[in-house]
Amino acid sequence: MPINYYLFLSLALFTIGMVGVLTRRNAIIIFMCIELMLNAVNLLLVAFSKMHHLKNLALNASVGTDGQLFVFFIMVVAAAEVSVGLAIIVMMYRNIHSVDIQFLNRLKH
Amino acid sequence: MNVTPYIFWFLSVWALFSALMMVTSRNPVYSVLWLISTFFAISGHYILLNAQFLAVVNIIVYAGAIMVLFLFVIMLMNLNKETEPQKNRWLKLVGALAGGCLLLVLVAALKDAELKSQQAMVGAGSIGLIKVLGKELFTRYVVPFEISSLLFLSAMVGAAVIGKKEITHQNS
Repeated sequence: MPINYYLFLSLALFTIGMVGVLTRRNAIIIFMCIELMLNAVNLLLVAFSKMHHLKNLALNASVGTDGQLFVFFIMVVAAAEVSVGLAIIVMMYRNIHSVDIQFLNRLKH
Repeated sequence: MNVTPYIFWFLSVWALFSALMMVTSRNPVYSVLWLISTFFAISGHYILLNAQFLAVVNIIVYAGAIMVLFLFVIMLMNLNKETEPQKNRWLKLVGALAGGCLLLVLVAALKDAELKSQQAMVGAGSIGLIKVLGKELFTRYVVPFEISSLLFLSAMVGAAVIGKKEITHQNS
């Protein structure tokens, strides 16, 4: 497949995630949109790694594994991030009994 | 007859539709389910690119673990359509417009990029297999791998510390 198609698909997914962050007020949905943006980047990294592999196949048979390992590490970091972020959201819900981010525009009560 | 383009278009339409439904659905539980559907479509893309390890990890970690965590939190807070906070219509419109402008600028900047004629290798190549990636992960990338285990430990401790109920000191 041409790399352009993957590029535009990833851009569209990233933009959908961005629009979700801008238009929703539920903190959990905003968090999910961030996950969607991370996944768009992951897809593009894998596509580029395969492109790089095809281009430099004659030089080195294992070229392009770096990109896929980056995707692996992004997933690791995302898993850690989700656990801490959801703990923060649960704490916020316990304090203000809502997940509406509009209530967080002031940091003191 | 080559079926790869058809699979690609099917997976792309599936991913985009699920992502749009995720952003637009009112009920947070439906949002989670649509996001899981998006992750399955992206895993299909990984399989198409012969990145089998990442496809499996994506399903196990994202669709399996992370989304279940989201679902647990949503059900714990008893969120549904009635309690869902709403922005006013103009703010939503402006947000969508800003996102559309971002997409327009990025596409316009990248559509004549130099890599237009490059191809991504589809359905072939062995770099996505567990054998190759595992060998690389435990030789050249062993230090980042160990550091990520420390990251997990700190995230676990952090989540437990943040999430636990505060003990009220009555006699202090």
